[in-house]
Amino acid sequence: MKKEISIFTTAGYPEIDSLNRQLDLLEEFEIDFCEVGIPFSDPMADGPTIQETSMKAISNGMNIDLLFKQLSERQSNTPIYLMGYLNPIEQYGIERFLKKCVDNQIIGLILPDVSIEIYERNYRRLFEEYGISLCFLVTPRTSDDRIKRAAELSKNGFLYLVSTNQITGGTSKSQNSLDDRYLEVKKLAGSTKVMIGFGIHDRKSFEQKTAHVDGGIIGSAFLRAVQNNETESFLRGITNKTEKISTLASS
Amino acid sequence: MKSLVETDELGFYGKFGGAYIPELLYPAVEELRKAYLKYKDDTSFEDEFKALLKDYVGRPTPLYYSEKLSEKYGGKIYLKREDLCHTGAHKINNTIGQILLAKRLNKTQIVAETGAGQHGVATATVCALLGMECIIYMGEKDMERQAPNVQRIKYLGAKVIPAVSGSKTLKDATNEAIRHWINNPDTFYLIGSVVGPHPYPSMVAYFQSVISEEIIRQLQEKEGVNHPDKVIACVGGGSNAAGAFYHFYDVPEVDLIAVEAGGLGVKSGKSAATAQLGKPGVIHGSYTLLMQDEFGQITEPHSISAGLDYPGIGPLHAETIHSGRVDCIAINDDKALDHASFLAKSEGIIPALESSHALAVLDHLKIKKDEIIVINLSGRGDKDMSTLTQNME
Ligand SMILES: Cc1ncc(COP(=O)(O)O)c(C=O)c1O
Repeated sequence: MKKEISIFTTAGYPEIDSLNRQLDLLEEFEIDFCEVGIPFSDPMADGPTIQETSMKAISNGMNIDLLFKQLSERQSNTPIYLMGYLNPIEQYGIERFLKKCVDNQIIGLILPDVSIEIYERNYRRLFEEYGISLCFLVTPRTSDDRIKRAAELSKNGFLYLVSTNQITGGTSKSQNSLDDRYLEVKKLAGSTKVMIGFGIHDRKSFEQKTAHVDGGIIGSAFLRAVQNNETESFLRGITNKTEKISTLASS
Repeated sequence: MKSLVETDELGFYGKFGGAYIPELLYPAVEELRKAYLKYKDDTSFEDEFKALLKDYVGRPTPLYYSEKLSEKYGGKIYLKREDLCHTGAHKINNTIGQILLAKRLNKTQIVAETGAGQHGVATATVCALLGMECIIYMGEKDMERQAPNVQRIKYLGAKVIPAVSGSKTLKDATNEAIRHWINNPDTFYLIGSVVGPHPYPSMVAYFQSVISEEIIRQLQEKEGVNHPDKVIACVGGGSNAAGAFYHFYDVPEVDLIAVEAGGLGVKSGKSAATAQLGKPGVIHGSYTLLMQDEFGQITEPHSISAGLDYPGIGPLHAETIHSGRVDCIAINDDKALDHASFLAKSEGIIPALESSHALAVLDHLKIKKDEIIVINLSGRGDKDMSTLTQNME
């Protein structure tokens, strides 16, 4: 079965208005969906690459209002999830934020610092009211019961399987010993889609890590390619496409 | 009625607290939460903790009647001498408690953040004592202004890793320590204040509660009363304040005064007065008051004192300041310096710059005759000698 490919990018990086150009490009490469990162000053689960892109985006002037404005002007049809830390969203106002998500056809959110327990107590009712799904993270160390609970809550989006217990941006080889666990996670997730992320940096690591799940998410490696002006060649590599789709079509 | 120091099952003191952590940390935080619940009331743990506090830390620390301060300000002013703890500050009370938990969890590597370096020294010390590997993250700016503590940490056999992101101070050191913990989930994160995800705030407050426990006993002896009228303590994250206030939170007759760092002035844009400048939000795993801009980005604080130079505040303090149980006063850099100098020259005690903020509150209080006031002198000023001498008139 074809594995889904998802790309994470930081809104407002490298330029304040880069997002829609990136989204267009992702559509041309037939990327299955995109995660747009809302930059935060203190991203606790992120490595140096996303720390840097976030700081740059903030100093470029990116904020949630501007992000929604840009999203409302997008041409791309690539489905979008928003990913970020809770604090900027809390300041914006959760309900106001969810409304804007609905207005802008956002499918769901990924908020790494919101635990299942806090979600159920404080946010679940509102999210369900607005029909926005929160996609939970699990790791190979997460208990079976918790994986089931997270998968159930994430069923209208996807379950985000963190490949190793590492902050983002690592390039550690997938230990074969974890493959069995990935397979178990996929089974425990039932009908919920499972996407694996953290540490996927090229086609090879993509194929390795997605072997037992539905697809993979590439973040830091994509942003490093953006930094190095190698975005297109990186996307060609990851998607295994020799050309952009538009170029293929026109030739 | 529920005590103010108790949380609900998710770790909230009323509105503030909780554990806002990525799933990557969940197993480690859960392991810690269970261990803390198990050992908190375990007599062999308690015995070992108390024995080390007595024979290793040097507790009880004296409750010293300051004649000079009492003369100058009125009332009866006592200093709780945490500066006389082994390593020079209250921080070691907490590190002893946490290292004993780490030992029971069979941990062999410890990671911690430090601002003033006192928590780094106290952590390196207990790691040496129990033969554990120790890694300390410290902001690059703090490594400069608290250089003697960097040397001590290294001499004790610990590794110091500079935090070079953001303002290069305590907040950034904390981010790096948390990232290290995510990458090394078997490492024990030995946090230095009443901050972070539940159970840290409760646990650190509990380990520091020996301060108010001793104050009660000592005042009974010296004054024949069960409690003071006022307790004053500085607040960075808030561990020395939580310890000094602990047994008095539920005694409404005791005024509790938290002192935060005004920096160059609360409205100057160069301040660390979190309770006044902060809004509710999430920092380092808990919902609390924090300094942030209109978009929810955490802003860079300023204080002359590295231990108070932090944009957040423990959730217990956020809750009790918010509810009005605790008064909060900001003291600026210059006033803290004046009071460090005054105590040195009048009492022969050089206080830490953090603790000097607590002393400076005396200028702002109406003190009644015979009122009993306890100021928590959280640490000594050896680490601050370069800042203190640069600012000598
Ligand atoms: C002497 C001293 N007092 C106070 C503090 C502030 O910490 P807390 O508010 O947790 O007591 C520090 C922190 O480094 C310190 O070294």
